[in-house]
This record gives sequence, C-alpha cells and structure tokens, in this order.
Amino acid sequence: MEYIVLLFSEIYKILYVLIPVLVSVAMIVWLDRRIWAFVQKRRGPNVVGPFGLFQTLADALKYIFKEIIIPASSNKIIFILAPIVTMTLALISWAVIPFSEDYVLADINVGILYIFAISSLGVYGIIMGGWASNSKYPFLGSIRSAAQMVSYEVSIGVIIINVLLCVGSLNLSDIVLAQEKIWFIIPLFPMFVIFFISSLAETNRPPFDLPEAEAELVAGYQTEYSGMMYAMFWLGEYANILLMCALGSILFLGGWLAPMDIPLFNIVPPPMWLILKILFLFILFALIKAIVPRYRYDQLMRLGWKVFLPFSLIWVVLTSGYLLYFDLLPVY
Amino acid sequence: MNIIRIFKTVFLIDFLTGLLIAIKESFKPKKTLNYPFEKGKISPRYRGEHALRRYPNGEERCIACKLCEAVCPAQAITIESTAREDGSRKTTRYDIDMLKCIYCGLCEESCPVDAIVQGPNFEFATHTREELYYNKEKLLENGDRWENVLAANIKADNPYR
Repeated sequence: MEYIVLLFSEIYKILYVLIPVLVSVAMIVWLDRRIWAFVQKRRGPNVVGPFGLFQTLADALKYIFKEIIIPASSNKIIFILAPIVTMTLALISWAVIPFSEDYVLADINVGILYIFAISSLGVYGIIMGGWASNSKYPFLGSIRSAAQMVSYEVSIGVIIINVLLCVGSLNLSDIVLAQEKIWFIIPLFPMFVIFFISSLAETNRPPFDLPEAEAELVAGYQTEYSGMMYAMFWLGEYANILLMCALGSILFLGGWLAPMDIPLFNIVPPPMWLILKILFLFILFALIKAIVPRYRYDQLMRLGWKVFLPFSLIWVVLTSGYLLYFDLLPVY
Repeated sequence: MNIIRIFKTVFLIDFLTGLLIAIKESFKPKKTLNYPFEKGKISPRYRGEHALRRYPNGEERCIACKLCEAVCPAQAITIESTAREDGSRKTTRYDIDMLKCIYCGLCEESCPVDAIVQGPNFEFATHTREELYYNKEKLLENGDRWENVLAANIKADNPYR
C-alpha cells in the first residue's frame, strides 16, 4: 500500500512538471510562428481560438489522425524508435530544472552533468531516424546534424565550466542561488553570447538549421516521417529549444531569482520569473529565425571549432586566474 | 582585415542592427489579408466559376450555337441540342468539366448572347471529382445565384470590349 501511494505521488509530481512543459511547447510553437510572421509583416496563425492560440492543438489533432507511412526499405524497429527517443530525451531533462527553491522534480547533485549527458544522447534520435529511413536526404541530414551537435556541445561544455568555476557546485539550484548577488550574465557576458549561439546550433535552429535545410535536403532526417511520428520529432525539437532557454536562464540570468530585491518584484512568484526569462530567450530565438540566412556547412564548423572553442577555453583560463588571484574560489 | 570589420564581427554589430530592424518592422501594419474574413478586390473581368445566364423573363440565353464548345482549348465543354416545340434551338445538355477547364475565358469571349460567363466566385473546391463535373442545372443555378453581380460586371466591362 505504501509503495502504491509513493508511486502515485511520484507520478503526480512528474505530471506536475510534464504537463506544463507540453502545454508550453504547444504555445511556444504558436509564438514562434507568430513572431516569424510579424517580422515579415504577415499575420501568422490567428484563426483557431483567441489569437490563434489553439493552432498547435489543431495541428497535433491533425497529425494524430494522419496515416503513418513506414518506408518499405526502412529498418522498421529503429525507424519507429527514433522519434520516441527524441521526444523522451527532450522531456526527460526537465526533471532537474528548478522552477523555484522547492519546485524541482529531482534535486540531484550533478544536475548540470545530467542535462549535458541527456542532450548529448539527443543526437541518437536524429541519427537513428536518418539511418533507419534508408534514403539519401535523411541520411545526409542526420550526418550533418550529428557533426553539428557534437561540435557545438564541446563549446557549451567549456562554457558551463566557466559557470561552474564561479559556483563550485553541479547542482542547478546551487547555481541559481550563487547568483543572488549578481547574475552571471554580467561578469560572463561573452560566455552568455557564445552559449546562446551554441544553443541555437545545438537545437538546429536557424541560422544553423543545416540538418533540415529544405533547399538541399527536403526536410533532413524528418523527410520520411509522417503523422504522429513527425509530430513527435517536432515536439522533441521544441521541448529541446525550451530546455536550452531554461538552461540559459538558469546558468546566466539567475533562474527563478527576481532582478532586484525590491517588494514589487518579490510579489511575482519565483517560477514566474523563470518563465519570463525563458520567454525572453525564446523570443530572441524566434526573432533570430526570422532575420538570419543559413550558414554554409564549413562556416558552421569553422565557427564552432576555430572561434568558439578557443575563445571559451581562453575565458576558462581567465576566469580561473581571476578567481585564484582574488581568492574568490567558492568553497563547498 | 581592417579594424572596423573586426570590431563589427566581434560585437555582432550587423546582427544587432538586423534585430532592431526586425523588432521595428514587426509593429508595422500587416501587408496580408485576413483571408477567410476579408477578401481582396476582384476585377469585373475576373474568370472564376462558370454560370449560364437567363433573360429577365426566365428564358435561357443559350442558343446552342456551340461556339464555346468549338473554341474551348481544353475541350472541357460538351453540348447537345435539339429544336424545341416553338422551333427555337435549345441545349439538352451543357456540361463543363471544371477539372479540364483552364479558365482562359474564351467561352465567355465567344458567346454571342452573353449566356456562358465566368463569375467572380473562386471558392468552389469540393471533396470529390464528381462534384466538379458541372451539368446544365448546376450552371443555370449558378447563373440565377450570381445574376446581379454578373450583369453588373458585364456592364462595367462593356466599354473596354
């Protein structure tokens, strides 16, 4: 009996995080399309529901009722597994995101490593999808995307080292609490910019959307997918984008902390601050999608390996040197 | 590389300028129509869905001269005719295959009595092919429904014919 109660309370807790995430993914897709349209002086989806807010739900409904076509020459098991892997891995990382001091599903000590490990695994969903489709464009798309995600993860890792040096803990809640005096965006501003650009590349967003470059590769690794399986890729992609925004706001923008310790800001509940910061970063993501042209593949690789990686490595040396010289190293 | 270019690259100046322009543009009035709720203006010459017109006394205009059938480049029109009791020649069958039709307007152009016309309606998509094989009843019904607009359009376009 006790076991069942525990089980249900855990499931309840999981749903308490998962359902808001899924709903916000739906809203964020709408917001993305809407901002994209607004920059181009179009209207965007505005018919279904108030301001078209339910457009994504209508789209999802359409995807559910569509036939799933599995190519005859594909490896069926892996083909079906790929979208499931992508979506699961995108949602699973939300377990360690702290929405406020006590609103976190799993307050584990190595939260940042966990997120890093899971987002590295995210490549597998794309590779599996591209490989199992057994067709040219998905294959090329998935190879590109694997190379891209791996190379940008390196620089993201080095950037995270910068933050960890200032915090002295791998726990995400500790990282947020360490920013009570000053958000890390101020001392580590160049790192924030590089983190932001790398997370664009990591989530295959423009200008780094080479895996889905529709002019060359039809739709990249998603080409052979249809119906609900395509929708799952899509959901995983946006959940990943949201996760990257959350990570950016936790590492650099002070997570759930209010910008200043004044009464007006303290009325707003802490999770609201995190949501606002995620929203701010996502609006930047969406605006960038609307204004930038796509990178060429060699430019993408050059930016990742020859610019971001050395620069963030040098910054690690600078940060650690600064902390050592002024004896500011955090003790844990 | 000169100094200014390095400065611009490092501080993402061009990118930030673009971002500012994007934000500015997104608050400007929209260029697109809110389609199902507001529609664009259509010229009186617009070549949309076909209609067969009648005279004000209810008599069909079509005299079964078959000029439209002859001129139709897509051969979408099929006409059969006989003499009526009062001796006038009328159609017994007037079919247009709307899927063959290329909406060139030659049938309307060739008609000596303004019987077959192309109206302003362009929203007649259907679920099946069969619904788009128009027969005489359907075309006459279209004519009755759109008569006011059709007559006004023909009058408006008359000086330029």
